[in-house]
Amino acid sequence: MDVNRRDVLKVLLGGTAVTAIAGSTSHVAKAAPDIIQPLDDAVGLLYDATKCIGCRACMPACENANGLVPDRGSSHGLYMQPEALNSQTKNLIKLYVAADGHERSFIKQQCMHCVDPACVSGCPMQALHKEPHGVVGWDPSLCIGCRYCQIACPFNIPKFEWYRVNPKIVKCELCRHIVGKTAAQPACTRVCPTHAVIYGKRADLLAEAHRRIQEKPGYYFEDRVYGETEGGGTQCLILAHVEYSKLGLPKMGPQSNASRVRRVTNVIYQGFLTPVVIYGGLVAIVRDRWKDHLAHVAQERQQHDKGMHP
Amino acid sequence: MHVRVDLSLPVPPTVRPGLDRRTFLKVVAQATAAIGLTSAMAAKVVAAVEKGVRPSVIWLHFQECTGCTESLLRTSHPGLAEVLFDLISLDYHETLMAAAGHQAEEALESAIRKNAGKYILVVEGAVPTKENGIYMQIAQKTGLDILKHVAASAGAIVAIGSCASWGGVPSAEPNPTGASGINKILEGKMVVTLPGCPANPYILFGTLLQFVALGKLPELDELGRPKFAYGRTIHEHCPRRAHFDSGRFAEEFGDEGHRLGYCLYKLGCKGPSTHASCSTLQFCEVVDAWPIGLGHPCFGCTEQSVAFRVPMLKPAEIVRPTPPSTYAPVAAPQGFINPLATAVGGLIGGALLGAGWMASRGMKEKPDSPSHTPPPNQNSDSSDKE
Repeated sequence: MDVNRRDVLKVLLGGTAVTAIAGSTSHVAKAAPDIIQPLDDAVGLLYDATKCIGCRACMPACENANGLVPDRGSSHGLYMQPEALNSQTKNLIKLYVAADGHERSFIKQQCMHCVDPACVSGCPMQALHKEPHGVVGWDPSLCIGCRYCQIACPFNIPKFEWYRVNPKIVKCELCRHIVGKTAAQPACTRVCPTHAVIYGKRADLLAEAHRRIQEKPGYYFEDRVYGETEGGGTQCLILAHVEYSKLGLPKMGPQSNASRVRRVTNVIYQGFLTPVVIYGGLVAIVRDRWKDHLAHVAQERQQHDKGMHP
Repeated sequence: MHVRVDLSLPVPPTVRPGLDRRTFLKVVAQATAAIGLTSAMAAKVVAAVEKGVRPSVIWLHFQECTGCTESLLRTSHPGLAEVLFDLISLDYHETLMAAAGHQAEEALESAIRKNAGKYILVVEGAVPTKENGIYMQIAQKTGLDILKHVAASAGAIVAIGSCASWGGVPSAEPNPTGASGINKILEGKMVVTLPGCPANPYILFGTLLQFVALGKLPELDELGRPKFAYGRTIHEHCPRRAHFDSGRFAEEFGDEGHRLGYCLYKLGCKGPSTHASCSTLQFCEVVDAWPIGLGHPCFGCTEQSVAFRVPMLKPAEIVRPTPPSTYAPVAAPQGFINPLATAVGGLIGGALLGAGWMASRGMKEKPDSPSHTPPPNQNSDSSDKE
């Protein structure tokens, strides 16, 4: 069968047009202000490492509340012993001990629920999205498993079920499936015996953190709250007496990675310019090659006819 | 919640000649405290007993070792005598009664008649069900018939011990008599099961006293076990739990870890899958009179799926693990790539690519190989078209 040149061009052009329309609508949706402020009713956690006793009641509570299968690590089935956050662990208490052994602190690792999350910005399908109250949720029906969120997250939080046929992204969603329904607060804050981690509105938690800092000047690291401004602010806030970067919390400026990326992408995709250039270039190349191809085919046929019917 | 038992009442009604009110209150307080009930409950028990409500109890024995009765005889807070004479009215108990033969049968029948619909039936032992239960007969009646007859007009039915609860030892493979727990036989009836080999007698007291005081049974789980006693596993409240969490185990009987009182999990402890209160409720006030207290792994005597089925020295599976006493480091250990391995890999890859390139160059030199010509039939088709 012969492929008509006309048909090929038609298909190519049609495809380009469809993509262009889809792209331009999404572009309209993307035209958001550069700096995103926390919602008035944003909720989060305040974890005070100086109050944490490392009992890890929060870990089994989290597993139970979220229906996770405990990661037994290398314990031969004896313990819940994850080495790091993984697809079976949304919440982990880690221990920092300085090389000289004198300085130590626990740190609770879970999704920070950024005010302007990089994972949401990076997700091409909006499977990761902002829920009411600013909780970063994940929608399994939209996820295509590209794992851009894993690369985007500065805290290395979203995890992927590598061993599954239909894998999920696993990360703390602040118990959004039970909070306000069967429970008043997430499982980890509910079971914490020392109230080292508490749940509430971000504004209230921030005020509480500053109250604690004022109460004991010089006690907390640099007298500041981690997450107040870091990476555009997070809804989960952390207080510790140890340098935050030693607890695995990256040093970040007040601008979120997402807003930085938006600044670039907004330029590139202005007026849907880049896709048009790329697709146009591709069409030009194919067109050019197609001409050569047709000429080549005609020549071969001629030669062949000669060869078979001398 | 703390309600004091009012001691300033006028002359107390005498429950038993010779028992003064003070002693009586003490007995009730002991009985309720032993099973972890509040003092408010003690007041209610006192009130119930003062009203003269001493529940009638009929106690039947079937296939068992009488171990549950034996441990019941050794209680001291309160002692069995105090329970028998002050708190309950034990109208029929084959081991404890003086009567025998026809007299005993009459005692049973009269107890059923007198308190029909109100008495508590306590069953100790499994009931053989094969060949219509002929493997056990008393006065020419099978255990099955006796149980059904007495249960028919009972106010509450309690199965004490693993045998009555789910079959126990008599039901172990190959179970020649078809021994069965009584809840299987009395289907449709509410049976409180108090498994254990033996069951802790204070659990029975707790259940009976609640029935006396409140007129209803304690909260039960799906297997009919009172939650106050069977709500958690041995492992959850084990005195050796710290050793488990820290990874200190006895590796074999008599080794140093065993002598130091380390965790017995690796010796076959069934604590993680056994729901019982042994770790919190001592047997008859004898300190550490339970397997783990004596240095033997938990046998899982209360659990149908464990006792007499799982080999004694096989450790139980831990269904809901908790973190050990070690912590994950902040910087998780990650794999790294050896530069040497990278170089070797690169060299091999490069060599393969080079070889491929050279081989393909050889192919190019024969442009008109015969394989490039189309097969003749296809050729004729196309020529026909043209």
